[in-house]
Amino acid sequence: MSSITAAHARYLVLEQLRIPVAVLSTALFPALTLVFFVLPFDWGSDPVQVTRSVAQLALFGVLSGFLFTFGVGVADDREKPWDPYLRTLPAPASARVVGRLAVGALFALLGMLPVIVLGALFTPATVAPARLPLTVAALLVGGLPFLFGGLAIGYSLPTKAALPVTQLAFFPMAFGGGLLLPPEIFPSWLARATEVLPTRGARDLLLWALGGSAPSGLAVGAFVVWTAGLALLVGWAYRRDEGRRFR
Amino acid sequence: MSAPVQLRGVTRRYGDTVALDDVDLDLEAGSLTGLLGPNGAGKSTLVNLVSGLRRPDHGTVRLFGGDPRDAANRVALGTTPQQTGLPDTLRVGEIVRFVGAHFPDPVPAGELLERFGLSGLWRRQAGGLSGGQKRRLALALAFAGRPRLVLLDEPTTGLDVEGRRALWDAVRAFHQDGGTVLLTTHYLDEIETLAERVVVLAGGRIRADGDVDAVRGAVRAGRVSFRTTVAVPDLPGVEHAGRDGDRVVLHTTDPDALVRALVRHDVPFTDLGVARASLEDAFLTLTGGTR
Repeated sequence: MSSITAAHARYLVLEQLRIPVAVLSTALFPALTLVFFVLPFDWGSDPVQVTRSVAQLALFGVLSGFLFTFGVGVADDREKPWDPYLRTLPAPASARVVGRLAVGALFALLGMLPVIVLGALFTPATVAPARLPLTVAALLVGGLPFLFGGLAIGYSLPTKAALPVTQLAFFPMAFGGGLLLPPEIFPSWLARATEVLPTRGARDLLLWALGGSAPSGLAVGAFVVWTAGLALLVGWAYRRDEGRRFR
Repeated sequence: MSAPVQLRGVTRRYGDTVALDDVDLDLEAGSLTGLLGPNGAGKSTLVNLVSGLRRPDHGTVRLFGGDPRDAANRVALGTTPQQTGLPDTLRVGEIVRFVGAHFPDPVPAGELLERFGLSGLWRRQAGGLSGGQKRRLALALAFAGRPRLVLLDEPTTGLDVEGRRALWDAVRAFHQDGGTVLLTTHYLDEIETLAERVVVLAGGRIRADGDVDAVRGAVRAGRVSFRTTVAVPDLPGVEHAGRDGDRVVLHTTDPDALVRALVRHDVPFTDLGVARASLEDAFLTLTGGTR
């Protein structure tokens, strides 16, 4: 990481830490979802199923964290008068974007931690220690299209549009990708069709990391295309952005 | 070495509004230029083009010979954030270090804060500073990277007298060390005090360009003012007349002839004042009286 990138990452972390309640909500939202959607049910002797549920909720947390922090957060930052000043500093686009990525990953990990702890303590979910690093990596890689998607929204739209667009994108993505209900109970055409969603590819990769079956070629291909396409969109939106516009 | 700033045939529109219309402008290294113009004249657009925030629709903008939209070409540029734009939750020291990290050889943070009268505020959050302190911090940031060109957009708005003096001193010192300055302001006395060259912008075009005396001379006008209780007759050579109660101000190309005419017409006046055109008069004439 270049020193400019590090300075931007440090700046973003400091800004987050100064609003403790925001950090708290990032850290606890996925855990709370777990408390309501997984803990009350009797999983009996099905540790595989409950492990998957816990992992899917962790991914759900990463997805919501990335989309909202970057979509709404970046749009909001662009409207502050500090942003045009930052754009006159000699920082290349890559330094600002990579700084944001690093901080996003850091806070995503922060949100995962309570989920993993709760899942381990209060559910029969288990992950072989050897698979844990792979699982965490799959969660972060799985979050990439949402990170880029969030940034693309943030750099293209004003806050008032970024918020509804993020919300509109969020639910179909989470549901269609099988994060709330497993795709196994979808009608088979729907289960097949949702393989083109990046959430589905992310989920299937994650379950594979946990020792499940390998994802289909379609799901992996679609995931790669989404990630690359959205990354290109971020670059384009950033170059094109001139801050707030008035007509 | 190429001029710090070079604009060639630059046009920029926002929808149907033409903010800059085919503007050519060069700033030589080491020059101190004041940019004057009424609101909406295109001053901010010009500054934003030079700092790489916006792109021209036509023409080219060069900053030290390169495209200002490439980060590497902005390494010798210093600008100020708006006073209201500082990140409230960050501490003064954190902001200065963050900005300094962008430059190869930043001014040590302590030295920079001292130069702008901010020592001792290192650990204060920006949101807790007074208006004047925020303004001074914003200005200090322009000098954090040892720039060769500084763009100051309305730098003294919201500063007290002491703060203005401190800024003027900082700008003069920077200029004496060979730095190039482009300054926009609403305060004409600031331009008269600081700038060597004045560029007057109105309606997106450059209306006048030269040293302060030349711009003032572009309007060879004088101003005759006096008090009277009677109606002033039509006098020769009056270009513009203004009246506020018993106070009358007449603008003319020939003040001497006008005073003789006043006496000849037996106008009962007191408190007579004759002044050559101020920069403000020149400005009003050049920009069509809209300020």
